[in-house]
Amino acid sequence: MIGLVHYLVVSAILFVLGVLGIFANRKNIIVILMALELILLAVNINLVAFSAFLGDLVGQVFAMFVLTVAAGEAAIGLAILVIFFRGRGTIAIDAVDRMKG
Amino acid sequence: MIQAFAFYLFAAIVLLSGAMTVTSRNPVHSVLWLILAFFNAAGLMLIVGAEFIAMLLVIVYVGAVAVLFLFVVMMLDIDFAELRAGFARYAVFGTLVALVLAAEIVIAVGAWSAGSLALSQRVAPTPEGMSNIQAVGTLLYTRYLYIFEAAGVLLLVAMVGAIVLTHRTRSNTRSQSVPRQNARRPDEATRNVNQPVGVGVEL
Repeated sequence: MIGLVHYLVVSAILFVLGVLGIFANRKNIIVILMALELILLAVNINLVAFSAFLGDLVGQVFAMFVLTVAAGEAAIGLAILVIFFRGRGTIAIDAVDRMKG
Repeated sequence: MIQAFAFYLFAAIVLLSGAMTVTSRNPVHSVLWLILAFFNAAGLMLIVGAEFIAMLLVIVYVGAVAVLFLFVVMMLDIDFAELRAGFARYAVFGTLVALVLAAEIVIAVGAWSAGSLALSQRVAPTPEGMSNIQAVGTLLYTRYLYIFEAAGVLLLVAMVGAIVLTHRTRSNTRSQSVPRQNARRPDEATRNVNQPVGVGVEL
């Protein structure tokens, strides 16, 4: 029978895969954004699994808000990416030094 | 039995497509793998009875976010081979960090299974005899109404922000000016002349 631990294992592996993606694709910000989506997906799986197995609906409501933030973050991130590409002609993260941070 | 089979199928495809997303050579393929991961994660959520979140995942992620990614990847003319340089070197370090993180999670889960986890008090217990969508909707439109509205405002701000960031006024295009067109009167656009025969028209 499938229990809570099965879901936790899946979401933990997915989370770690997302972290690995951020490190491995260090230069490509598009893939980094996709890895962030994977991480948020793992968080959502976690929330929904706990919500279902503990019989409390708040987890699903919270997962919906996480989804909202993820969608907004993707839209703004890609918009910043597009205007950066317009100005520089590249999206390499090493080239992002205009603000001298 | 069928539930366990479906779980293992969905979980295997989610993990496989997640791995392919981060290791794929072509970003377009990455986006397509990401879509597959979202679909199968929605399947995972369907198994435990969270239908609303599952459908939301398909609509919001596959229908909006993934298409946005695909659009940006295809619109920008980027040399992805150059961006991929040093992948193997970074991947070694990344795997190291990932292994440390995975070990920490395993230790945490192991420590948790020492005692059973049960809620003595639930904030919003799953109601009996009510579909998942009805239950979530009842909760969302009553207790969490203000937070729900705030989420809507957040999406509005994100939309306006994205438009303001990417909008640009082009200077070399000849767009029509509606106020100037509306302000124009017939007497400044046309004139009547008494044209003599045999003389060229002066424009």
